[in-house]
Order: sequence, then structure tokens, then C-alpha cells
Amino acid sequence: MTTDIIISVKGLEKHFDEGKLKALRGVDTDIRRGEVVVVIGPSGSGKSTFLRCLNLLEEPTAGTVTVEGVNITDPKVNINKHREKMGMVFQHFNLFPHMTILKNMTLAPCKLLKKSKQEAEEKAMALLKRVGLADRANAYPSQLSGGQKQRIAIVRALCMEPQVMLFDEPTSALDPEMVGEVLDVMKQLAEEGMTMVVVTHEMGFAREVADRVIFMDEGHIIEEGTPEEIFNHPQQPRTQDFLKKVL
Amino acid sequence: MNISIFEQWWLAIEPAVQANTLNFWQFIYKEIYLNVIKDDRWLQYLKGLGVTLEVSFYAILVGLVLGTVLAILRLPQIQHMNARGKGFLPAVGAVVVRALSKFAGLYINIMRGTPLLLQVLIINFGIFGSVRIDKVIVGVIACGLNSAAYVAEIVRGGIMSVEKGQTEAGRSLGLGGIRTMIYIILPQAAKSALPAMCNEFISLIKETSILSYIALTELTKAGDYIRSRTFSAFTPYIVSGLLYLLVVLTLTWLIGKLERRLRNSDH
Ligand SMILES: Nc1ncnc2c1ncn2[C@@H]1O[C@H](COP(=O)(O)OP(=O)(O)OP(=O)(O)O)[C@@H](O)[C@H]1O
Ligand SMILES: [Mg+2]
Repeated sequence: MTTDIIISVKGLEKHFDEGKLKALRGVDTDIRRGEVVVVIGPSGSGKSTFLRCLNLLEEPTAGTVTVEGVNITDPKVNINKHREKMGMVFQHFNLFPHMTILKNMTLAPCKLLKKSKQEAEEKAMALLKRVGLADRANAYPSQLSGGQKQRIAIVRALCMEPQVMLFDEPTSALDPEMVGEVLDVMKQLAEEGMTMVVVTHEMGFAREVADRVIFMDEGHIIEEGTPEEIFNHPQQPRTQDFLKKVL
Repeated sequence: MNISIFEQWWLAIEPAVQANTLNFWQFIYKEIYLNVIKDDRWLQYLKGLGVTLEVSFYAILVGLVLGTVLAILRLPQIQHMNARGKGFLPAVGAVVVRALSKFAGLYINIMRGTPLLLQVLIINFGIFGSVRIDKVIVGVIACGLNSAAYVAEIVRGGIMSVEKGQTEAGRSLGLGGIRTMIYIILPQAAKSALPAMCNEFISLIKETSILSYIALTELTKAGDYIRSRTFSAFTPYIVSGLLYLLVVLTLTWLIGKLERRLRNSDH
């Protein structure tokens, strides 16, 4: 891990319903290259909103998100170019049901990275092998289990060769017996040095894999630190409360 | 002399026709002979059918393309589009897009709220009143513009039935709004809109019969014309009707097959 900052968030606010609902109330943090950041916090605390502001799926109400030195909240910036560098994995997989697994994985690289079909497919097959799903390349998403779908969603994002991967509760929609296979892929990715921001309720994963844990509540970062600091010596009463409930 | 079996049957019942003493089956045969066989009249039905199919085909295409554009203009994110960023151009762009969206809404309401017959007459006598133009083109334009309004609502429903996560997945990969729409949203929307779309195509095919009002010799007009020659009460209309039925049933069958194929491919 270097100290090279890849995403810098300053004064980030997001309001919904014309300001009646303040999901984020001023968030500041930096994500360093190669760092694995896990975001935890109670339901409605703004974790998803924070993550979705990082690639502008939600447009911030105030504040800036700077990715590799470029302020992406500036309307003049081509946001699509930046999203290519930021893979995202969703709670509900969001695979494209009308395409085969291979097509799911090669669509964006062919259209955006100007890869030939063959090049894109080779890359996709290599990634499928890595997650043990090479034999499902021509299946449709509906023919896969939840765990398989989520592994595909991860490698689909990887096909774009992103600099950062964003995960929004990637295991929350899975049957318990399938959580492990998805977390294993994520661990492997972390070991390879991928920069990751992960919203999750899997405290075991946070403890084991995170370089830094962020605890959020009511649109604020309440406390952040190493897993050891957050889980074993939380300083803030709200963090202590939350951990008491979930551990 | 070489005369066909149909002629022979006709000669056989001709005295009864003169004497007005036909039994039921003889009456049926007389109607078929006069309205279909004599002077190769069946050819006129087929010509009319050809015109009906031609107009319908192109009108469906016009309706699909224009309807899809209208549907996209009516999406909430377009309807309430905000200028992305400050400055003159983004502001003007957003205003233009919102105005187009309003226009699309107005267009759909007008086309669905007034009778097709009036639209046909206005387009024929108003817009093309002073130019010589093929009636087929007038028919395609009138029926296509009308169908677009219905297609727009069907496509809009289809688009809205696609989960929001699909758009987000496409956009998060870096695909732009238009590409996401074309490769990810519309194919799924088309699938869920297929049954309603089938209905719309069927309506359109039958409603082209209104074009007989502007003297386009399509299937209904062909029947009309034959009736004026044979003085039958309604037999030519039955013949035309059977041909419409044949077309509609064929279309229904084809779309049903397509639907089953789509269902088998993914979920
Ligand atoms: N599109 C939206 N429109 C209106 N309100 C929203 C929208 N998205 C989120 N919110 C609200 O913003 C607040 C923060 O939501 P967010 O989804 O970020 O929470 P979260 O921490 O991810 O919760 P969870 O653990 O339940 O996923 C919530 O009160 C939520 O209802
Ligand atoms: Mg959430």
C-alpha cells in the first residue's frame, strides 16, 4: 500500500426530497491506492449513498469527489470515462438477463475499450476460470445460483480493468451457504492489491480483510480506524452501541 | 369449348337464378361465383390485401421508431431534466429537451384523443390536399403517426418495467445513457411489451380499412368495389373479412412463437 490517494472526498452532502432528507451531512475521507476500506453502520446511515456518490450514481448536493486528481462533480468532466475506472458490485447483482454470461462481461469492454470481440472474450474467459465458472460462459443469468451471479457480477466489473472496486452489500441478498464463495473472491482481489470500498454487514470480512473500517451514522463518519481499533477499542458511544448489537 | 368446372356449375344453376328459385347451397355458390370467381375477381382481393399489408408494414415501422422516440422523451428523467452544470449551453439544452418532452405528451394525447378517420382525412385533404401523392404514402403516414402514440405508451410501460438496477449496472460500467438504453433497457422492455405490441399491430392492420375513405384500394375498398359490380348484399365484405382474419391469425401465431423463444432463452 502506498500513500497515493486515488479518491478524495471533501464536504460530501446528499439531500433527498428537496432537502427534507439529508442522507449525507458532510463526509470527508481519502481512499489510498491498494487500500481496502470497509464501511459499516446502521440501516439508513447513508452507506449506500456515500458509495454511490463515489461514481456519481447519486449526484452530490454539495462537496467534491476527486478521482485521480480530477474533480468528477464538475459537470464538464466526462463521467463515463471515470466510471470505466470504477467497478461497482450491487446487492442484487444486476446482471443483464437477456445476455449470456460471456456477453454480460464483454459488452462494455467491446463498446468502451474498443477491444475486439476475441480479445474481450479471452479476458472474460480467463476471469471466469479464476472464479471457477468457465463452464457457465454461455449460460444465462437466470440459470445461475445467487452466489454464482455475484461472482459473475464481480468479474464483469473486472473486465473493464478498473482502478477501484465499489461493493454495496454484495452478500446481503445471498443464502447463507453462498456468502463464503463471494467473500473468497473479494479476499483474493484484496490480496492482489485492488483498491476496494466495501459496504457490508459481514464483520468477519471487515476484521480480516479491511485496512481501514469506517463507521457511519446519520450521514456522518463517526469513527474510522484499523479493524483492531474499531472492533476492539471503539472510542465513540455510537460505535460501541452499534457493535454491541451486531457482534 | 374448354370451360372450367366452376363455369359448368354456374351454368347448371343459372336457370334457377333467373327463376329466383335457388335453394340454400345454390345461393351460396351463386354468391361465391359472382363475387370471387367470375372475371378473376379474387385477384382484386389479393391486390387489396397486398396494399393493406404494404401500408400496415410501413406504418408499423413508422409507429415503432417514432413511438420509441416519444416513449423515451416521456421518461421521468427526461421530463424533469436539469441542466448539468452552469452556463448557457447546458441550460438551453435542458430547456429544449423539456420542451420536446412536453410536445411528446401533447402529441400522444391528441393522437389518442381524436378519431383516426379524422386524422386520415385531415392529412389527406389538409396536408397533402394540393399535391399529387401516392395514397399508400398518405396511408402509411396517417396510420404510422397514429400508431406511434399508442406504441409510445406501450414502450414507456416496457421501459418502466425494467428494474432501475439495470440502468445503474450499465452506467457503472461506463456505458453512456444512450448505449445503456439501446443495449440493456430496450431489449428487456421489448420483451415485456411484446403482448401489448402484438395487440397494437393487430389494431393497426384492421384500422387501415379506414383508408378506403380516401380512395385507397386496400382490402376493404376492394370488397366495396366488387360489391358495386355484383350488387351482392355483403358477400364481398365477408371475403375481405376472412382475409383480414387470416393475416391477424398468422401474425398472432408468429408473435406467439417469438414470445416462447424469448421466454426459453432467458428467464
Ligand atoms: N433515491 C432516494 N430517494 C429518497 N431517499 C433516499 C434515496 N436513497 C436513499 N434515501 C434515503 O437516504 C437515507 C440513507 O440511505 P442509504 O441507502 O444510503 O442508507 P444505508 O446506510 O445504505 O442503509 P442500508 O443498510 O439499509 O442499505 C435513508 O433515509 C434513505 O431512505
Ligand atoms: Mg444500503
